[in-house]
Amino acid sequence: MTLHEPSALELERRAFRRRRSQGSILVAIASTIALAVIVWATLVNTPGWALVQESFFNPEVALRSLPRVWDGFLLNLQVLGLSVITVGVCSLLIATLRTLPGPVFFPLRMIAAAYTDIFRGFPFIIVLYLVGFGIPTLTGQRIPPIVLGTLCITLTYSAYVSEVIRAGIDAVHPSQRLAARALGLGYTQTLRRIVLPQALRKITPPLMNDFVAMQKDVGLISILGAVDAVRAAQIMNAQTYNFTPYVVAGILFILLAIPSIRLTDWYTARLRRREQTGSVL
Amino acid sequence: MNRVLRATGLHKSFGDTTVLDGVDLDLDAHEVVALIGASGSGKSTLLRCLSLLEPIDDGQILLGEEDISDPRIDANRVRARYGIVFQSYNLFPHLSVIDNVTLASRVVGRMPRRDAEARGMTYLDRVGLADKARVHPDRLSGGQQQRVAIARALATEPEVLLFDEITSALDPELVGEVLELVRSLAREGATILMATHEMAFARDVAHRIVFLDGGRIIEQGTPAELFGSPREERTRAFLARVSH
Repeated sequence: MTLHEPSALELERRAFRRRRSQGSILVAIASTIALAVIVWATLVNTPGWALVQESFFNPEVALRSLPRVWDGFLLNLQVLGLSVITVGVCSLLIATLRTLPGPVFFPLRMIAAAYTDIFRGFPFIIVLYLVGFGIPTLTGQRIPPIVLGTLCITLTYSAYVSEVIRAGIDAVHPSQRLAARALGLGYTQTLRRIVLPQALRKITPPLMNDFVAMQKDVGLISILGAVDAVRAAQIMNAQTYNFTPYVVAGILFILLAIPSIRLTDWYTARLRRREQTGSVL
Repeated sequence: MNRVLRATGLHKSFGDTTVLDGVDLDLDAHEVVALIGASGSGKSTLLRCLSLLEPIDDGQILLGEEDISDPRIDANRVRARYGIVFQSYNLFPHLSVIDNVTLASRVVGRMPRRDAEARGMTYLDRVGLADKARVHPDRLSGGQQQRVAIARALATEPEVLLFDEITSALDPELVGEVLELVRSLAREGATILMATHEMAFARDVAHRIVFLDGGRIIEQGTPAELFGSPREERTRAFLARVSH
């Protein structure tokens, strides 16, 4: 292939685009600085700012509370890690049950539908109370909070995630199933090889959205009495009479969320590059 | 001649609409049969019923000696004996071209990936797309996609090929490459039943033309008979409409 020499017309257009994008960058920088100054000036001039700074953004307390909050945060991470697996398995199972054809599976479809209806409507905090205090009473044994926490998250999130997966399954065009069945693939083989892979690609953004929501909801397991990041922050708050530990815990949760959000963007962009040609407007 | 497919008295309705109204059709080994008829005449439904993608309401279908309309048979195994190509290709967008072609061998035939790929490559080579094995279908032109779909159908080494208007979704300049491929498959002795709107092509390649109207076979015969001196009024009317 010979290298194409751009025409004068194209060169002029490129120069224009460059000037325009340089202009946009300058405007963006200016407006960001302006906004920051306004916010800062407003904050600093608010009468209670010094007090807020002292009790919410105290570097000394932050440093002191970090080790304990971090230890608690590790428990949140464990519950999260376990939940990702259990929610993944359960929601996939429920979504599959809900899409099974034929009258034989009516009871299974109905149970799955009832489950998703109930647990999507149930406030998570009530699930925590009922499961967290009900199940140990029922079994008469102390159950580690990591197990109870994972159970609660799984019960609630499987309901949401299974609906997202079901929507993805329904969104795969019927002609794809037809083509797979025409090749001799069975119902389950078609679901596993053709429908689910395409469904999961379609639903990656909403799935990651649920994942991020789950990341912060694991902070609620403190209700079960577990010493997680939130409970550790509460303890430090009681010791120091300062709210900075909560801010520290909050920042940890944000830091946890950012990589998975970026990962989603990267993943969807990669899929689009691989399976599609041309630019998307 | 060795008969590979025999359908007798096929009936199929969707709700109140009768789509197949007593169709009898035989297909011999190495025979190329073209189904012609207006849209809605039942061509696609007939192909789908024959390949068990659509349940029939009445009638019998024999593939080889086996009654495949018997609900006790394993429908998946029967479908694997056909090679079906659709109007809109229906390639799997999340799989590379070679994975599309080898899927059935790997999953249904339980063939190791290496063997399946070796075989798949010979069929991709056959349709002239061996160099596209690793790309995804969306990167290909319509004609190339349809040739991959044909390779995918061939890779299961089917007893009968069913083509459902495989050039109808293609741009005029891409039709040729697909028809040329079908022509060479016919020359090599493949057994083909194809629904088509390409009258010139049907006349040229098919051994027998079957004219469907209102879910019935109105008339069938060699291309010379059917196009040259159609006996039925409805056949004449249809041919006059499509040839204009």
